[in-house]
Amino acid sequence: MAALLADVQRSFTQRFGVDLTTVREKVAAELLATGIPGIRIPRGTLTEISGPPSSGRTSILNATLARATHRPEFCALIDAGGNFDPRSAAAAGVQLRHLLWVRCGGSAENALKAADLIIQGGGFGVVALDLAGVPSRDARRISLASWFRLRHTVEKTSTALILVEEERNAASCSTLQIEGKATDFQITGGLLRGLTVDATLGPRTRARATFALKPLYSE
Amino acid sequence: MYACLHATGNPALLVECARHFSPRIEETSEDTVLFDVRGLSSLIGSPEAIAEAIQNRAGIPVNIAISADPDAAIFASRGIRGTTVIPPGGEAAVLRRLPLNLLPGSPDTAELLDAWGIRTLGELAALPPLGIAARLGPEGTYLQHLAQGRAGRQLRPLEDPLQFCDELELDDPVELLEPLAFLLARILNGLCTRMAARAVATDEIRLVLTLENAPEHRCTLRLPVPIADGATLLKLLQLELAARSPGAPVLKLRIELNPVKPRIQQHGLFVAQSPEPQKLEITLSRIANLIGSENVGTPELLDTNRPDSFRMARFSAAAYKTDSAPCPCEVLTLRRYRPPQIAQVRFDAETPAHISTAVLKSRIIAVAGPWRSSGDWWQNQPWDHSEWDIAVTGGALYRIHEDLRTGRWFLEGNYD
Repeated sequence: MAALLADVQRSFTQRFGVDLTTVREKVAAELLATGIPGIRIPRGTLTEISGPPSSGRTSILNATLARATHRPEFCALIDAGGNFDPRSAAAAGVQLRHLLWVRCGGSAENALKAADLIIQGGGFGVVALDLAGVPSRDARRISLASWFRLRHTVEKTSTALILVEEERNAASCSTLQIEGKATDFQITGGLLRGLTVDATLGPRTRARATFALKPLYSE
Repeated sequence: MYACLHATGNPALLVECARHFSPRIEETSEDTVLFDVRGLSSLIGSPEAIAEAIQNRAGIPVNIAISADPDAAIFASRGIRGTTVIPPGGEAAVLRRLPLNLLPGSPDTAELLDAWGIRTLGELAALPPLGIAARLGPEGTYLQHLAQGRAGRQLRPLEDPLQFCDELELDDPVELLEPLAFLLARILNGLCTRMAARAVATDEIRLVLTLENAPEHRCTLRLPVPIADGATLLKLLQLELAARSPGAPVLKLRIELNPVKPRIQQHGLFVAQSPEPQKLEITLSRIANLIGSENVGTPELLDTNRPDSFRMARFSAAAYKTDSAPCPCEVLTLRRYRPPQIAQVRFDAETPAHISTAVLKSRIIAVAGPWRSSGDWWQNQPWDHSEWDIAVTGGALYRIHEDLRTGRWFLEGNYD
């Protein structure tokens, strides 16, 4: 059997110029819990969370940051539009002392540079790039090569790179694409009671996750 | 051979006098200084001549004792007026008549010895060693050795405060950052080698550049974790100078490093990864150069109910204890507009019915509120808001507020 296997390998190498002994099986990425049923973020990859306002993008991100900072891991949030609300995040469970917050004043270009520097520096469990606060045309201008570079940088690390945006920009560079959509809201008795979100997880599977987000009035 | 000076009232003078004769000095107490005089015999002569030279140098009446045993010299200088030179082996004989209260023992032991009728060092030295060990333990044996002048301890030399400072004066002024970096590297490498030899790191770098026809350029970098790596310090200084250029040719450089104990961290097998402090510092400096240092950090909530109140603190990768409470799940969070967007709100039966802002124009289909919040009316920037949560066409949820002091409406954020 071993002789047969060696023979196959040799003939494959002669024919295609690829040494089969150096080809390794792709290891499945470790998944990061978000606390939202059905949604787990893979490490070492780029994950896109997209959708219009009130589609649960920020809540999914904050839930992920909360779990990661509780572990405790250090996380970085590159906030292109400066929309992050620390009080709301703290209420969602994010340990703010484990969070590096970079405010880019509406510049998608600076946000991309900052994300690149932080990923190159290493050591962060989650790096989130929030482009939802900048105009879509600015986010669209980011070249595919930039996304590929970011994906390539995180590939051999245990960092989960999360991109939050209005519409998907990273195309095939993202391993997981979460697209949220608000399906219902609950306002009763003069109080905002919650928001129901339906998220589609792609591109390999078309799994769906439906969850209800509730505001924490204790904030 | 050790010399001991004893005089009350002028400790600085005693140290100054000792420094004149020896680099190895022990400041035993405020009125006693011990120092090493081995080797002075070839320079000055006999121990008596050394004692006379010390007396002349001191200039004030001091008790001087010279002995081969440091403790014997201390006791003799404290107990015998003038100059005492104890020949090697003669310590016990000289100390014999000195009172027992010169010894450093505990009050209980002193009380016990007093009860035994022991009053002088000679009487203690003459007691049987085995009996002392059996009754007083190790402390008794040590005290007896002191009384016999044969404790044989080492000097505890006074150390100068560590200083890591170097400067370089240039023949020709340097204008560009790149050649300046070479000079900085040269100074930093030397300083870091010296720091490594003393097993210390630095938490603060002070750079002073003397400029041509311009005032001095000073910059101070405070590091959240001690760093001893020259390359990292150089990169931080380069980034600082790139962000805040001196603006004139440099004539002289001076770098001072503040020495502190290095950071020692024990990594665990099951501890989550964290950024390497040195790399993180460089990364943060680079980002600060890109977008401003006030935009990089970790948010700290302020103890107030004022909306959007926080301050940016310096981010550090030091491990903190996390909140042990479990993470709340599926929480609806807010995205803020900074500054809040000015809004035009139309009402229908005292309820907001339509909103128009730069980012949102829509009919309001459901509302929750209003809630009043106000505060800081006793300060310069009071606030008085009436808040509403609204749902617009399409199902998006927003928070709006009316500033009751001005009557203007603002779109505060989006529930996302």
